[in-house]
Amino acid sequence: MKRIVTATVINQSGVLNRITGLMTKRQFNIESITVGHTETEGVSKMTFVVNVDGDGKIEQLIKQLNKQIDVLKVSDITDQAIVVRELALIKVISNAQIRSEISGIIEPFRASIIDVSRESITVQVTGDSEKIEAIIDLLRPYGIKEMVRTGITAFPRGSQKSVTDIKQYSILN
Amino acid sequence: MRAKAKPEAEAVTAEMTGAEVLIHSLKKENVEVLFGYPGGAVLPIYDALYRSPIKHILSKHEQGSIHAAEGYARVSGKPGVVIATSGPGATNLVTGITDAMMDSLPLVIFTGQVASTVIGTDAFQEADIMGITAPITKHNYQVRDVQDLPRIIKEAFHIATTGRPGPVLVDIPKDVANKTISPDYDSTIHLPGYQPTFSPNILQIKKLADAVGQAKKPVILAGAGILHANAGKELLTFTEKHKIPVVNTLLGLGSYPGQHPLFLGMGGMHGTYTANMALYECDLLISIGARFDDRLTGNLAHFAKNAVVAHIDVDPAEIGKNVPTQIPIVSDAREALRKLVDVDSETPDTEDWRNQLTENSKNYPLWKKTNTDEFLPQQVVELVHEYTKGDAIITTDVGQHQMWAAQYYAFTDANRWVTSGGLGTMGFGFPAAVGAQLAFPDQTVVALTGDGGFQMTLQELSTLQELNLPVKVVIMNNHTLGMVRQWQEAFYEERYSHSLLPVQPDFVKLGEAYGIKSYKVETQEEARVVFEEAFSHRDPVLIDCRVSGKENVYPMIAPGKGLHQMIGVKP
Repeated sequence: MKRIVTATVINQSGVLNRITGLMTKRQFNIESITVGHTETEGVSKMTFVVNVDGDGKIEQLIKQLNKQIDVLKVSDITDQAIVVRELALIKVISNAQIRSEISGIIEPFRASIIDVSRESITVQVTGDSEKIEAIIDLLRPYGIKEMVRTGITAFPRGSQKSVTDIKQYSILN
Repeated sequence: MRAKAKPEAEAVTAEMTGAEVLIHSLKKENVEVLFGYPGGAVLPIYDALYRSPIKHILSKHEQGSIHAAEGYARVSGKPGVVIATSGPGATNLVTGITDAMMDSLPLVIFTGQVASTVIGTDAFQEADIMGITAPITKHNYQVRDVQDLPRIIKEAFHIATTGRPGPVLVDIPKDVANKTISPDYDSTIHLPGYQPTFSPNILQIKKLADAVGQAKKPVILAGAGILHANAGKELLTFTEKHKIPVVNTLLGLGSYPGQHPLFLGMGGMHGTYTANMALYECDLLISIGARFDDRLTGNLAHFAKNAVVAHIDVDPAEIGKNVPTQIPIVSDAREALRKLVDVDSETPDTEDWRNQLTENSKNYPLWKKTNTDEFLPQQVVELVHEYTKGDAIITTDVGQHQMWAAQYYAFTDANRWVTSGGLGTMGFGFPAAVGAQLAFPDQTVVALTGDGGFQMTLQELSTLQELNLPVKVVIMNNHTLGMVRQWQEAFYEERYSHSLLPVQPDFVKLGEAYGIKSYKVETQEEARVVFEEAFSHRDPVLIDCRVSGKENVYPMIAPGKGLHQMIGVKP
């Protein structure tokens, strides 16, 4: 199953190496990983998407991450109400004739064209992974020359639905 | 900036180099002995050491240094401190660091590094020791700014010795060691991501106390966590109060008196029948400071399958890792046991259970060949026990001799048993004995090794000679890599691929070459004469015990089998 895990870490050299290293060592499959600064100076946040076999495995991952000295907080936010975003840049083969056609396709996705050349245009799209997949599917018939995706970043929404069944893993029993 | 207005003495903190700061910080941490080996990148540190009263033990190979530090840490409970140079010096430590990580031994390791300006250029003797040791240390640091050095050293010792102990490495570039500063020793530890739990949740303790009251077949699995937490006395009180039998893990030996009526012996692959059947049949398993290693549990499908499992461990990540746990308790072992003794709880009626276990012990004791003229390896351990009155510090490598030592030495006290458990490192025992002897100069320390493992680190004989350390090296020489040979016999149709060692050095001449009294014994009678002499004085001794080469360690749980499927339970 796919889980979204966030880790708040001290922005120290080697911390990314330690974390990806432990994932490799314990055979966790990282689907995507993003890292960036937070509102606090010297503190970064990582968002992982991992594929795990069961609850025991994700519990073990969270505990192992928590054991790292430079890790401040780890949460599995998959089952919470969350905001999830990913950014993709897609370079599509297109000439002047079909440019407006593509424009029409991407418009409902609130994507934008950020670069135009004679043979191609580059589309920038933000959203959750399903939305990105959907736009890629629509653009593929035109010929995708190049594509990059950032992987998702996420955090919990300001207010949580009270009925949400949140799995809790605490290190304090 | 530093000069600003601290009055009097403190204001004029002397200028020091990074290397001097390091030595000064070690003194502040009460470090009495360093295990190390010099080299280019640590020249400034060794220069500072030249003027320091701290004792430095020069090994003959960095692996010798780090295993000695492990032995020192294991028996003393104090952190073992190691210094090695950059590149090969540092990489030679890797086996020992991993060993310490697996067996939770507190080490603080200082490695030299090439100058900051050339890091990353594949400079002479450069190795990415931060990358190499990230997965095998509890934490590691590279000192970029010499002003951070006092704080980093404080943090390193704090991390190594608290929570679940482990190795911490500090990498110091040569220019950082050379740089002169006015050190600030007052800088405090700042580790917001490291707050190990020490005291148990009282609700969980009550839950466990209730489970104890209801149990009919309770058993305690006591691991090295008892020793790290110095909780032997509390364990004894708790078990005697509720009459709960105790099984030790390999590394937990000595945490419970070996002759106690509630003691069932060691569990696991070569544990006693009684211990393993107790783990198999129990209805309440209380694991304290043990981590359910596969060599202990056998096939997990059969492990304590009818039991409520309670797990007390200072490392939350160990709880539920291998065995589903109904009562998790994150705590220091001693704190948890104290609370368990104090809390109101019923004492279970375990008489039938204990009678059943006693019956097992009577019917299925450890056995070895009788009516034979051969000199058996088990007899070597029994003789060592006899001549040391069961009170020596015993160190071993891994393999047959290790299992026989675990089975036959009957440890009664804590911190007498130094073995490589998790990693199973050949060549560990002898240098570890050097460290243990330095921690306790008046104790008898016996390095029980095999002929294979001894040859991996025998260069440390030179260290014995130099320091005249009274370590007794007892080689259980069966001319084979015994455990490998045993498995080839059992599982590979006796194809002894590269496990027989018919050609060997003359160990007596070898010992004598290092100026150490050395003997060869081929029978029990000869051994008695030599042991009598060897254990009567305070000089180093090497004894080459030529034992039968065909002995196997029994009983045994074959790989993939459950605890109840032991073989070789009876002769």
